[in-house]
Amino acid sequence: MEQVLANGAYLGAQYALIALGLTLIFALMNVLNFAHGQMYVIGGFVTYTVYAQLGLPFVVGLAASAVTLAIVGALIEKFLFRPVIKKSVREESTMLLAAGIAFFLDAIILLVFGEKQRGVPKIINGIFNYNDYTMVMPYDKILVGFLAIASIVIFILYMQYSKTGRAMRALAQDKVAAQLMGVDVDKYSMIGFALGAMLAGVVGGLLVTVTGINLGMGGPTSIKAFMMVMIGGAGVISGAIAGGFILGMMEAVGLSVLAAYGDITYLAIFVSLMVFLAIRPQGLMGKPWG
Amino acid sequence: MLYKNKQILGVGVFLFVIFVLIPWLIHVSGRWDFYYTLTSVALLSIASGGVWLTFYIGRINIGQGAFALAGGYVSAILVVKYGVSFWLTIPLAGLFCAFAAVLIGFPILRLKGVYFAMITLVLTEVARLTALALPITNGARGISSIPLPGELSIFGLTIIPDFSTIENVKLAFYYLAAVLMVVSFAALYRIVNSRIGHLCRSLQQNEELASSIGVNTAYLRVIAYAISSFMGGISGAIFVAISRSIYPASFPVKDSIDFMLNCFLGGLGYVFGPMLGTLVIYFGWDVLFTTGKYQLLIYSSVLILLMLFLPNGILSLRLPGKKGASK
Repeated sequence: MEQVLANGAYLGAQYALIALGLTLIFALMNVLNFAHGQMYVIGGFVTYTVYAQLGLPFVVGLAASAVTLAIVGALIEKFLFRPVIKKSVREESTMLLAAGIAFFLDAIILLVFGEKQRGVPKIINGIFNYNDYTMVMPYDKILVGFLAIASIVIFILYMQYSKTGRAMRALAQDKVAAQLMGVDVDKYSMIGFALGAMLAGVVGGLLVTVTGINLGMGGPTSIKAFMMVMIGGAGVISGAIAGGFILGMMEAVGLSVLAAYGDITYLAIFVSLMVFLAIRPQGLMGKPWG
Repeated sequence: MLYKNKQILGVGVFLFVIFVLIPWLIHVSGRWDFYYTLTSVALLSIASGGVWLTFYIGRINIGQGAFALAGGYVSAILVVKYGVSFWLTIPLAGLFCAFAAVLIGFPILRLKGVYFAMITLVLTEVARLTALALPITNGARGISSIPLPGELSIFGLTIIPDFSTIENVKLAFYYLAAVLMVVSFAALYRIVNSRIGHLCRSLQQNEELASSIGVNTAYLRVIAYAISSFMGGISGAIFVAISRSIYPASFPVKDSIDFMLNCFLGGLGYVFGPMLGTLVIYFGWDVLFTTGKYQLLIYSSVLILLMLFLPNGILSLRLPGKKGASK
């Protein structure tokens, strides 16, 4: 039992961090970022390149991932999403653009990093043994989990207390009102998108140390992120965190309880998501929409 | 009257092209491989037609891959494990998908816009995982060496001969797919221009208003979604008969997104848009195959540029009645 809870908490922390970036972008721009999983993969590959190939410390790799993705995110917002949002009349257009960007990033990853599964050397060795093997957790997983939680805390503090964070929250609440109060919509949309992409990059950099990274991980990661956002409610930060931890826990519990029946964890999760959405379409903490 | 004549003429020309001209051209040029391409286009456009119908009620559907996969598996399992005639499995696959769509549709069709898009995308992935997990689908190994379609006869009268006795199977499949495409789109055209179609259009424009004047929106949405999934199912079933195998990865997320792109590129305002869109996208993708590893890069760049300079689509620039409704 302890083992399942620990695995769930570890997964949940990662997932929450992925969902946070997605929901932030959604809240600010009403854009569903299909390319989120691909951004995560790029983050993993950058850390792999810096840490395993160049032999620099892991922290440098993580920082490189964050910075690279922040730049990529800012560029994508400025040159792709902003003009399309200004010109289009329907929300499908941005979705198609996002799908195009997801394919594009996949193509870039394929050309630059290849399609092989990549792993990095362990950041720390050893296994944490609690209560005589009732719960076993490798130290690197624990470290990664704590780093993820620390990132979430820093993100929340930043959104809550910095001027930028306040501006972004105002934008998410009501775009027109925020603009009238003198918030520079273009600037903060770009910062928000960069921040969301950066979070995806950080998770990629963290998880490459545990699960490795490969080209095919992008799509499934995006889909998991969508599920978390649906559980928690789209565009709500607390919802994304809740959704991430709930999905992490369900996955951990499902993997241990349902293992006897084959690999049906995600089927079970999806069915429960359906039932849940039938009762509460806006998710746990989402705003009801018309 | 003149307009009607023109329409009949157009349909006649279209039928002539796909049933006479294309086979003749292929026969003359000897490019037999085109049959496979065109058969795929026909089948994919049936599935895209279904997606188009969900667009028509104002929902963005990225879950058609799930129903194509389900239809394929239903057909494959019935043919291989239970020895049911392939021809019977086509409607059965469609009905299975329609039934599944009703079950799934009731809760998720309450969602709108991006939310519906998200959940249908998840559905595609769940279908793949289900196919991996269930014992009857044979897991990751899939079902392979499915026999060719057998004979279809009524009262001893042979309507369609056994495919294994036909000399040119590719041509037979091409005709099968083309006939089904024509029938599907004729049905779609009929639906759109019927009372249900007009009601669907009212859903696309303003759901609350439609329901306030007495349109049963929940019922209509589910009906449209079921028809859409039916089309996905039959196209999946025939695909399986052609490739003679099915795997959980047969219809990945990319296919679901492609179905949506087909509709969008062809124009959301036209029933026959998905057909055009599928043709353009499929051939474009095929032509880019010669560029090797840069295929995806060029394809996605074109897609992005298209969105950048024509964010409202190619033909859908003239989407009827949408101007006032959006914002």
